[in-house]
Order: sequence, then C-alpha cells, then structure tokens
Amino acid sequence: MSNDFALAVEDLTVSFDGFKAVDNLTLYVEKNELRVIIGPNGAGKTTVLDLICGKTKATGGSIKFNGVELTKFPEHRIVQAGVGRKFQTPSIYENLSVLENLEISYPKGRSVFGSLMFERTQDVTDRIIEIAEMIFLSEYLEKQAGLLSHGQKQWLEIGMLLIQDPALLMLDEPVAGMSVSEREKTAELLGRISNGRSMIVIEHDMEFVKRIAHKVTVLHQGKVLAEGNMEKVQHDPKVIEVYLGH
Amino acid sequence: MNAFYNRWLGGKKGTIELAILAAFIFVVLPLGLDVFRLNMVGKYLTYAFAAVGLVMVWGYGGVLSLGQGVFFGIGGYCMAMFLKLEASDPISTAHQTTPGIPDFMDWNQVTHLPLFWEPFHSLTFAIVAALVLPAAFAYLIGAAMFKRRVGGVYFSIITQAIAAILTILVVGQQGMTGGINGITDLKTMHGWSINTNSAKYVLYYVNAALLLGSIMLCKYVLSSKLGRLLLALRDKEDRVRFSGYDVANFKIFTFCLGAVISAIGGAMFTLQVGFMSPSFIGIVPSIEMVIFAAIGGRMSLVGAVYGTLLVNYGKSAFSESFPSLWLFLMGAMFIGVVMVFPNGLAGLYETYLKNWFEKLLSARLSVRSNAIRGGLPNEQ
Repeated sequence: MSNDFALAVEDLTVSFDGFKAVDNLTLYVEKNELRVIIGPNGAGKTTVLDLICGKTKATGGSIKFNGVELTKFPEHRIVQAGVGRKFQTPSIYENLSVLENLEISYPKGRSVFGSLMFERTQDVTDRIIEIAEMIFLSEYLEKQAGLLSHGQKQWLEIGMLLIQDPALLMLDEPVAGMSVSEREKTAELLGRISNGRSMIVIEHDMEFVKRIAHKVTVLHQGKVLAEGNMEKVQHDPKVIEVYLGH
Repeated sequence: MNAFYNRWLGGKKGTIELAILAAFIFVVLPLGLDVFRLNMVGKYLTYAFAAVGLVMVWGYGGVLSLGQGVFFGIGGYCMAMFLKLEASDPISTAHQTTPGIPDFMDWNQVTHLPLFWEPFHSLTFAIVAALVLPAAFAYLIGAAMFKRRVGGVYFSIITQAIAAILTILVVGQQGMTGGINGITDLKTMHGWSINTNSAKYVLYYVNAALLLGSIMLCKYVLSSKLGRLLLALRDKEDRVRFSGYDVANFKIFTFCLGAVISAIGGAMFTLQVGFMSPSFIGIVPSIEMVIFAAIGGRMSLVGAVYGTLLVNYGKSAFSESFPSLWLFLMGAMFIGVVMVFPNGLAGLYETYLKNWFEKLLSARLSVRSNAIRGGLPNEQ
C-alpha cells in the first residue's frame, strides 16, 4: 500500500456469534487528516475503534499503521506504536489528581522497574503544565479528577492522550454531554491538536462534525455507506435515508 | 535524605505511624512481656509479614490471594531444611539406621539425603532460596493467570487450590518433607542455639526490624509511579492498558513482592518457633492471613500489623477460656469488618480518632503533603 496513508484498514471483519459488527471494511486515513465517522446506532463505529486499538480482535482483514500490522499486537504495543484512543465515557482515574492522571499517561517508565525508578523531572512537569494549559485545566492540577465537571473530564482524557503525542488519535464522542461553550472550546482544541497527526473522531452532533471534519465516513451495518467531504455526504440520498433523514 | 524521608518513611504522617509502631514493637512489648509471651508475640509478628504482603497484593493490587500461606510456608521450609540438616549431624543421629540424615527420613526408610536437600547445608543458600523460590513460584502463578487476564474470584479460588495442593503434597511426601508433623526439633544455627532466652530476644528484634524494613520497602514502592499505577489500575484498568502499559506485569510484580515478604515471615517463624509444618501453609492459615489484613485495614501497611496482633491476641486469650467459641468469634469479626468497617482498624482510626490525634500532635500536620510527593514547582 502507498505510504501516504497513516492508517490503512483493509477488508476488516469481526463477527460476534455470526453477527458481523464490522463487515469487510476498508478505510484509509491520511497523515494530518481529521476524519469523522458518523452513522446510526449499531453501525459499528465504536467497534472499528476497538479493533484498531486492539480491544477487540479482528476475525479477518488487516490494519496497517505506518506500514506496521497492528492486528497481532497486544494493546500496549499498539499504544507504543503511536495510537491513542479516548473512550466514549470519560475514562480517567477518579481518585488521582489531574496532575497524577497526566503523569501516569506520560510515556516514560512504562515497564515495572521503569515505573519504580520514574522521577518527576523538570521535563515531565513542564510537559504536564503545557498539556494542562492546552486542555483548559492548568488551574486544576491539584484537584482530584473525580471532582471535575463532565466536560473537564473529557478534556482531561484527551490531555492524557496528547501527553503521549500519538501519531493517530481516536476520539469516541468527545463532546457528548458538553455545554455549548465547552463544545466551542473543544472544536478549537481539536483543530489545534490535529496539526501533525491523524485523527479519527466519532460524533453525532452534525454542527460539530461540520466544524472539524476534513472528510466524513458514514458507516451503516458495519459497512462504509458513503465517504467524502461533509457537503457530498450530506447530499448523498443513501445517507439521508438511513441516517440524516430522521 | 529528603527522598528517604518522603519515599521510604512516607513523609510526616508515615514517619509518625512508623515511629509509633516501632516504639510499640521495640520498646513497649519487650518491657511489658516475659520471654515466653514475647516469643509468642514474635510468632504473631511473623504472620504480620503475610498480612503486610496481602495489603500490597489485595489492598493495592486489587487481587485477593487466598494462598499466601504457600509463600509463608516456602520461606519457613527453606529455613527449616537448613536448621534440620544442622541438627542431624552424624554424631547426634548415630543411633539411626542411616546416621547424618534428618530423623523423619530415617523413620520412613529413606537411606540417603534427597538431592534437593543437599544445597540446604549452606545457610546462604537457604536464605537466598527462601527469598527467590517464593518469588519464582509467584511469578509462575502470576504470569499464568494475569497474562490471561484471570482475576477476581477466579484468582482467589486458584490460589486457594494451590494452597490445598501444596499441603497435600507436603503431607504425602513424608519421607522427604516430614509429612504432617513437619520439620521439628530444630536446635542451632551455625552452632548458635535458637532455643535459649537470649536467642529468643535476638530473634524477636531481628524479626521486628525485618518487619519494619518490609513495611518501608512497600512504602517506597507505593510512593513511586508504580504505586500510583496500582491505584489507577483499580480504578480504570482499560485506561492504563490503553496508555501503553502491560498491565499484567504490574500485577505479577505486586504478587511476587507480597510472596517474598510473606516468605521472610515464614523463615522468621521457623527460627522463633523452632519448627515448620504443613498446618501453616494450607487453606485455613491463608484465610487467617486475609482476616488479619482485613481487620487491620487492607489499605494500611501498619494497620496490618495491629490487625494481626489483635486477632492473635484475641485468639490466645479467648481460646484459653472458650476454646470451641474462637472460630465463631473470628468469623463474626470478619463479617463485622466486611459489613460495618470495611477499612478495618485503619478506617476506624481515620473516621474517629484522626482529627483528635492530629490536633494533639500539631495543627499543621498536612495529610496532603505525602499525596503529592516531590510536589509541583512553586512558580505556578
């Protein structure tokens, strides 16, 4: 495959007891691209992210990331290869402070003895502060993460991925449950962080999708229904029928 | 020095905790008890090693091992094998059919020392084995289970089964292990009698120092990023995994650490009590160890020591007068801990005594001080 693609998903299939949640899916994401995946409930959007990050093992097909086959890797190796994934519900360490949440995500000292020897050096602190500013949480570093608002938790999880500087960042409904002003800030944040990396975002909010997407993929019953820029997808009769029409 | 204070001792709060425990074990108990009772406390304190290990494995690692007796036993047997060989010199065993081998082997028509006993002529080997064997065994169990993501109740059941299997093995191989009676009649270590009163004092203090050392080692581990990772793992295991960590390795490490600490207790048990038997490695002692940790508070390293002492004190005081009721009382205590005070003695202290105690000590005692270790630079 051509090397212009950061991510090349080809003929990807996964079946759960005969039900094909993802069916022969082929998808290419370019470097520096922000791709949004939309589709009705049960279309297989989250499953695609699960497959890429290794949470679910594919029944068939291949996932190549910068030319490296990911389907055989365990989860932590996929992360180390540069794939970061945010879960749908904010998945943060509620009992730790914002600072500690970011520190744990810092990509050093990932082995047992590495983590025993890990020191919070100036580099680490600087990086944590830099990320905290990016995700609008620099005033809350000492705060226990469980006490943050829902939107702030979403940002924190994005920050926990950013600190690892992944080449591919996958976000599952990053603005779910956010207020209008938080959405604004998130859209701006995503615009800023998509520089220099590829991103895949699952989202339902069409206004939000319009703001951020470079290209949109519509999934339906585990297959690609349509793909292209927002303009093209929005006027696709098939898409209107299964998804946008309601 | 500052790093030592913050990480090995656990800051101001941790240092005070440790100092109180040290004063209690090193000064109060030896002054208040005769040598017989002190030796008994010394025995209880060896169980405290297992309870401290369980605080790490269960409290922080989040996996309940019902087989800590196995590691306690391995440590104890390694020490017992060395002591038994020293007690079985050809002169004192001259009346045996085969002089120079342990008495129980002779009784079981074993005519030469089994090969795996040979290296235990060396004290160094015995001590190394008492530490390395449990770690290796824990690694095997841990790798087999955690790499396959076996956890929760399945892990508990399997560790309990291992405790049962090992007991049966030791009991069944009477000629090599001493069977149900265990390895008894231990006398000297490199010619130094372990049964005299002075030896009992020395061993008591060595044991107490090792116990405090183990607690400090655990504090050090918990103060590192690994300690925060363990907390994170209990909260959101998937997030840790998808942050690039091989989660199983951290659980294996914690399990091995708990095993080694437990084994130190076992070795010290053998030295202080003078024998080792399968009744300390099976299911019942393993569960008792869990109760010690639960009553002390499964997230509190020093609590585990108090929990062990309290339960065992209760056991000996109560079973002297009402022998048949003790098991019921212990069961009731366990139910009480689970239902009423899930964080054990440490939790009771946190809820009821802490405020009062802190006022007494100093108004400035900051609990947060050791939560953010190393601290942020102050320019923020």
